[in-house]
Amino acid sequence: MRKAFKGGIHPPEYKEISKDCQITVLEAPERVVLPLSQHVGNPAKPIVNPKDKVVKGQLVAEAQGFVSANIHSPVSGTVIAITKHPSASGIRVESLIIEREESDEEFRYEPLENPEPRSIVERVFQAGIVGLGGAAFPTHVKLSPPEEYPVDTVIINGAECEPYLTVDYRLMIENTDEIIAGALLVKEAVGARRVIIAIESNKEDAAKKIASISPSEIEVVLLPTKYPQGSEKHLIKAVLGREVPQQGLPFHVGVLVQNIQTVIAVKRAVQEGIPLYERVITVSGQAVNNPSNIKVPVGTLVSYIIDILGGLKEDAKKVILGGPMTGIALGRLDVPVTKGTSGIVALSSDIVSRYDESDTCIRCGRCVEVCPMFLQPYLLGTLGRLGRADALIENNVYDCIECGSCSFICPSKRNLVQLIRVGKSIAREVKK
Amino acid sequence: MAELKEEVQTEKRKLLVTAPPHISHPDTTQKIMFTVVLSLLPIVVYDIYLFKIYAIITLFFSVFGAVFAEALIQQIRRMPSTISDGSAFLTGVLFALTLPPKVPWWISFIGGFVAIAIGKQAFGGLGYNVFNPALVGRIFVLLSWPKHLTSDWYDKVKLDAVTGATPMFVAKQFYLGSIKIDLSKFYEVHFFKNPYGSMGEASALLILVGFFILLLKRIIDYSTPLTYVATVGVLTALAGRDPIFYVLGGGLLFGAVFMATDYVTTPITRKGKVLFGFGAGVMTFLLRIYANTPEAVAYSILFMNALTPLIDIYTKPRVFGAKKR
Ligand code: SF4
Ligand code: SF4
Repeated sequence: MRKAFKGGIHPPEYKEISKDCQITVLEAPERVVLPLSQHVGNPAKPIVNPKDKVVKGQLVAEAQGFVSANIHSPVSGTVIAITKHPSASGIRVESLIIEREESDEEFRYEPLENPEPRSIVERVFQAGIVGLGGAAFPTHVKLSPPEEYPVDTVIINGAECEPYLTVDYRLMIENTDEIIAGALLVKEAVGARRVIIAIESNKEDAAKKIASISPSEIEVVLLPTKYPQGSEKHLIKAVLGREVPQQGLPFHVGVLVQNIQTVIAVKRAVQEGIPLYERVITVSGQAVNNPSNIKVPVGTLVSYIIDILGGLKEDAKKVILGGPMTGIALGRLDVPVTKGTSGIVALSSDIVSRYDESDTCIRCGRCVEVCPMFLQPYLLGTLGRLGRADALIENNVYDCIECGSCSFICPSKRNLVQLIRVGKSIAREVKK
Repeated sequence: MAELKEEVQTEKRKLLVTAPPHISHPDTTQKIMFTVVLSLLPIVVYDIYLFKIYAIITLFFSVFGAVFAEALIQQIRRMPSTISDGSAFLTGVLFALTLPPKVPWWISFIGGFVAIAIGKQAFGGLGYNVFNPALVGRIFVLLSWPKHLTSDWYDKVKLDAVTGATPMFVAKQFYLGSIKIDLSKFYEVHFFKNPYGSMGEASALLILVGFFILLLKRIIDYSTPLTYVATVGVLTALAGRDPIFYVLGGGLLFGAVFMATDYVTTPITRKGKVLFGFGAGVMTFLLRIYANTPEAVAYSILFMNALTPLIDIYTKPRVFGAKKR
């Protein structure tokens, strides 16, 4: 096993709630809601109109510019509106709304046999693939690093360090072949020499499963279980000992990191021509009645999923899209699952933490100890509250990866990462 | 465009919407403060056993003074009360343990009050104070009523026909050549039963017990106490004096474990903590040998408290990805 990165925390994992639930396919909803901006970058532009008929897999909104992603319909049916619809963040965002009709029709791209690197990247772009680990960064962009930075190693991120989430774990167990095929395609696409699949030690069985059928060019590496192991920079540090420079990206040290589910999407797009219109998510938490790992069409509403899985328990206090360290708490449940949604976690009141408004720092030093970026969260938090742009920048506020480790550990219950985010936006404002 | 009714929300209950993270570590400030109190408990119980009602009165009025000051000032300033976080209570206990047991009750009360009022609240409350509040209280009462705190209220040392105010005083006489005594006889006194000093120094063994409780519960880091004590020990030995005597005596262990590890007034990073321990060690050594003060430990820690903001600035860790320095 490799050495851990420095810093980080050990939150309770709660993986046992859903880790043994096989991936099941939910009955498709009557209606899907597709936000035009569900990826990092420019929103896609609709190329269909209300009342248009669409088939499953059909391109319905086109990427705008390089950093953007195509969107395909996950169902066959009729476009009923292009309008503002509530999203996870609480704001209404421009969305395509499609009503499903029973139909076997489906659009697929032409499968590619022995594709060139260029055509793999092209296909990934066509298929609208984005990082499925949560970041939703367009994958074709990651697959096109600048020429002066050749990528020698591809790391497949199987850390899944957020508590509760078990999607990647299930996929590693159930879709092992596809992961291997996808990983090799990604390696091909960037011309890397080797592929390393990195997995946290709490998923050793998954690692064994993958290792047992991997070809020789794929290496499986076990990492100590620690949050935020899934952060690209810390994954690279733990696996290869390379340190991505400040404000740098993985390709600066010759590495490309891809999430488990993303490489499956790549494999399907290339070998079967299937665009990205569905994904697997974990539904878990002490307050859900039926913890599950389910495959759902992108655009399925959270409320629909929760209902069909038997609802929430009495003491449900918070519903989170994503994991409990970085996910977004929902104020309403009629919001869609998007490409970047890794799970729905419902917490009961005894689990939900309360952060304190008084913001007293007892200078215990724990936040400094756990910050994986070696920042001084206690100081950044205070500077953020005071809005001191210069001091924030001087203390490297932009290096914060917003992992939340500092907030988690603080005995004084300061929500440091929140104060730091505020600080970042103030610093950006002032320095414009 | 088609009129569209949004899906009716299925969940009628009110969901809590706050920023991530949504979970947190079970440790709280209050838990930490009371764990420190717990680590002091062996010493406190032993003091009560040794000094009976004197110890109880001193402890009671110190804590009362401290908590009363906190409540009063927050009341006047109309600030939310923080008594329940346990930090004023802890300051009261720590202050009491810097006192000789037989000190008059009003000194305990005033000292406890000043510790919080001047040592903590005058700076803006928990987290903002520069100096260790308990030591501020200690120095305040010492300067105000020196006789009560030096000679009057200690038991006099009586050993081998030598009498003197404190073991430190006796040692000073010894190295000046004015008396003859075997200093190693004090090892056992300091370690198991020392009625000649402040209550916190009653037994080095119990200080170590407290130290291990704090380490085990991961409340403190060992770097400050260790560097502090080691620095004093090495320098003392180099100066040709008995290092064991000087490590065990004069409140060094108590100060190193319970005062030099106070979160608010000592450096944040481990590097800083080592520097703090080293600096305090040098200071303590110098004050003991060259200045005529029995309060070397208290002054050294307060001095290093003042340097802490500077130490913090110079011991900032290298940011991930920044060029190696
Ligand atoms: S300061 Fe940023 S990077 Fe450091 S622990 Fe907090 S959220 Fe994570
Ligand atoms: S963990 Fe909280 S209390 Fe401790 S130093 Fe950091 S901000 Fe201050």
